[in-house]
Amino acid sequence: MNDHLHYLARHAAAGKLSRRDFMAKAAALGFSAAAAGTLLTTEARAAGPQKGGTIRMGLQGGSTTDSLDPALSTNMVSLMMIRLWGEALVELNDDGGLDGKVAESYEASADAKVWTFKIRKGITFSNGKAVTAEDVVKTMERHSGEDTKSGALGIMRGIKNVSADGDTVVFELETPNADLPYLMADYHLAIQPGGGMDDPAAAIGTGPYIIKDVDMGVRIVAEKNPNHWDDLGNADTIELIVINDNTARVAALQSGQVDMIDRVPPRTAKLVDRAPNIKVHSTSGPGHYVFIMHTNTAPFDNNDVRMALKYGINRQEMVDKVLNGYGSIGNDSPINSSYPMFTAVEQREFDPDKAMHHLKKSGHDGEILLRTSDNSFPGAPDAAALFQQSCASAGIDLNVKREPNDGYWSEVWNKQPFCTSYWGGRPTQDQMFTTAYLSTADWNDTRFNNEQFDQLLLAARAELDTAKRTQMYADMGEIQRDEGGLICPMFNDFVDATSDRLDGWAENSKGQPLMNAYAPMKMWVKA
Amino acid sequence: MPLIIKLLAQRIALGLVLLFLVSGLIFAGTMILPGDVAQSILGQSATPEALANLRAELGLNDPPLQRYIQWLGGAITGDLGTALTSGADITASIAKRLSNTLFLAFWAAIIAVPLAIFLGLLAVRFKDRWPDKLISAVTLASISIPEFLIGYVLMYLIAVKLRWFPSVAMINDSMSLGDKLSAIALPVTVLTLVVLAHMMRMTRAAILNVMQSAYIETAELKGLNGFQVIFRHAFPNAIAPIVNVVMLNLAYLVVGVVVIEVVFVYPGMGQYLVDHVSKRDVPVVQACGLIFAAVYIGLNMVADVVAILSNPRLRHPK
Repeated sequence: MNDHLHYLARHAAAGKLSRRDFMAKAAALGFSAAAAGTLLTTEARAAGPQKGGTIRMGLQGGSTTDSLDPALSTNMVSLMMIRLWGEALVELNDDGGLDGKVAESYEASADAKVWTFKIRKGITFSNGKAVTAEDVVKTMERHSGEDTKSGALGIMRGIKNVSADGDTVVFELETPNADLPYLMADYHLAIQPGGGMDDPAAAIGTGPYIIKDVDMGVRIVAEKNPNHWDDLGNADTIELIVINDNTARVAALQSGQVDMIDRVPPRTAKLVDRAPNIKVHSTSGPGHYVFIMHTNTAPFDNNDVRMALKYGINRQEMVDKVLNGYGSIGNDSPINSSYPMFTAVEQREFDPDKAMHHLKKSGHDGEILLRTSDNSFPGAPDAAALFQQSCASAGIDLNVKREPNDGYWSEVWNKQPFCTSYWGGRPTQDQMFTTAYLSTADWNDTRFNNEQFDQLLLAARAELDTAKRTQMYADMGEIQRDEGGLICPMFNDFVDATSDRLDGWAENSKGQPLMNAYAPMKMWVKA
Repeated sequence: MPLIIKLLAQRIALGLVLLFLVSGLIFAGTMILPGDVAQSILGQSATPEALANLRAELGLNDPPLQRYIQWLGGAITGDLGTALTSGADITASIAKRLSNTLFLAFWAAIIAVPLAIFLGLLAVRFKDRWPDKLISAVTLASISIPEFLIGYVLMYLIAVKLRWFPSVAMINDSMSLGDKLSAIALPVTVLTLVVLAHMMRMTRAAILNVMQSAYIETAELKGLNGFQVIFRHAFPNAIAPIVNVVMLNLAYLVVGVVVIEVVFVYPGMGQYLVDHVSKRDVPVVQACGLIFAAVYIGLNMVADVVAILSNPRLRHPK
């Protein structure tokens, strides 16, 4: 293309030429508006991140009852707050690997039982104090021990001892764990001065921003931390507005009151995307919607009943109708291709004949009760109704009982033998299996108790050879698919949207919605 | 005026007794809610140890009567305790939310009440002619449509398409009064539409009722024009029922706007209450319940007092 046009596009991207002037000049040079527009976008991206301005986001999930204490963080809004003010030792990157944050580097002993993290030199907390290995040790202590309320307690359990040694922190484990660094990327484990023991909700950390104003469940304002060690963060100010109502959140984006939102409802996402100033981004992730059976409770203690139900579900229909295509089909294992050591196995299809065969073989007679609620996952009652219909065509009498949202997580989930639920997924297989499928796990919501599975899990955790580990996880996936209590029809995509005021969206990020909750830092306001 | 003072004193005492009974009901009601605070706070990510620790820390194991007496004593002295979930002082957080709610209710009332009464008078003046029918049709339509739908429609037209006013009615201390009014323009409009019909219909009915009286005929025969008759003679005698319905609607503007607050992301009491109900934060729910009850009983008391004061037979006993 014409050199002069490129020159103009660079000027326009740098803000020295208005878009309208650029388009006029491009037309004068004989380029179509579409070609010129594309060029301008490319140049804007090539011009790189612009510093300054304010990015405003409208997020779902916040509540007046949230806390700034990272140990108590449970939703997207509190995760985003931690991302702004704090950092963990390491962070998941877009390739599924890890980047150093508070820790500069880390290494394992040969048996993966002792891990040493080297603390980054010369970095300070937002209160001006230097970060020491002692702060890291104290942080780990606050999240472990029997009296903690931390959401990271489960992660900390396998750690025998954490100690400071000069500028390194040494983790000694009960049993070998090749994935320990991944555990340290957990957002609850933001490093706080003195471990946050004195004031857990002070929001003082090493993050790229400093929280300036908090009206919990309403609005949070953060300003750029001038002393942050890294270049992360483009906007001067980030404003987080809690908008729990779906329609209101989309309207706020459409009317230009916010620049990015999370959780665009799949039902309307295509319509939202049609607006000229808005882009909807769909990112596949490890999150999945599930139907869970207690494998120790009748009739689900009979594997043929479980198999009948697994063959009686129409996965593609659920992805199409419940997720409106914003997702992918599951295969009765919580693992999908977003995991680093994933092996594809034969896809289980909807097969009424096989379902009928297994039902007959099980000898079960009568109805099967499935409990569901609106908040177990978006569209759960619809999914349950679809399941009921596909089961009926296989001769299975599935009865759906709608439970109230209120108290669903305390009274139904992990208590009743068959219900709908969701998982956000974890960065590694080991974490996902350990959290929910190890026979001794607190959240073993399928009451899965398989000796071989447990042994493989522990062996894989200690295995540093990736090929062998991959094979072990493949074997475990198969055990789960053929014997487990999990029916996983679909993996839901994260559906986020941004306005054309911003640039710098990265596709295929891992972990959490909104570019692993880094979108407000990594994106920038266009000049 | 001993009779009138006695009547007023009776009303106020009755209101206080009612409030006391309601406090007992609120406390008992929140006690028998199913579910568990600790579980609700920690959500799906709760481990048994974390649950047990939190439960002990929150003092959920004390006997209920002891907790009621402590709570009532605190509430009377202005100390509503601390929120179980965040550990924040309830009085301070409610003060802020309540002032936001009152701010919204105030501006909605400032517009809705005079407008409703004016429309009511207009409807009486042109009874059974087109202005009456138009006013009735429009206000009845606006009360019949669910308020969230009116909210969404206005949001789409005014915020998204025309961009006159923001769809997010977020207000904070750093905003000027003008900014705040612009922010709440949409919710105020919706609330006005919702409460208008009720008050307007009552005004119309009450005045029409009075218009049947003999002294209205006298006034007309005396040569007064339509509006003068309504204003001077009919309206003062119809005040009691009008004030009653106005007060009920004011109470609604304070305690019943949860849906509007959610739709327009307005940081008022409703959203605050809902958040805490879903987390089983009992002290906050109780405090909100008590305040809502006080607002309701208080406004109804005002209506009674106005009714008493506007009754000449009570003002000037023989």
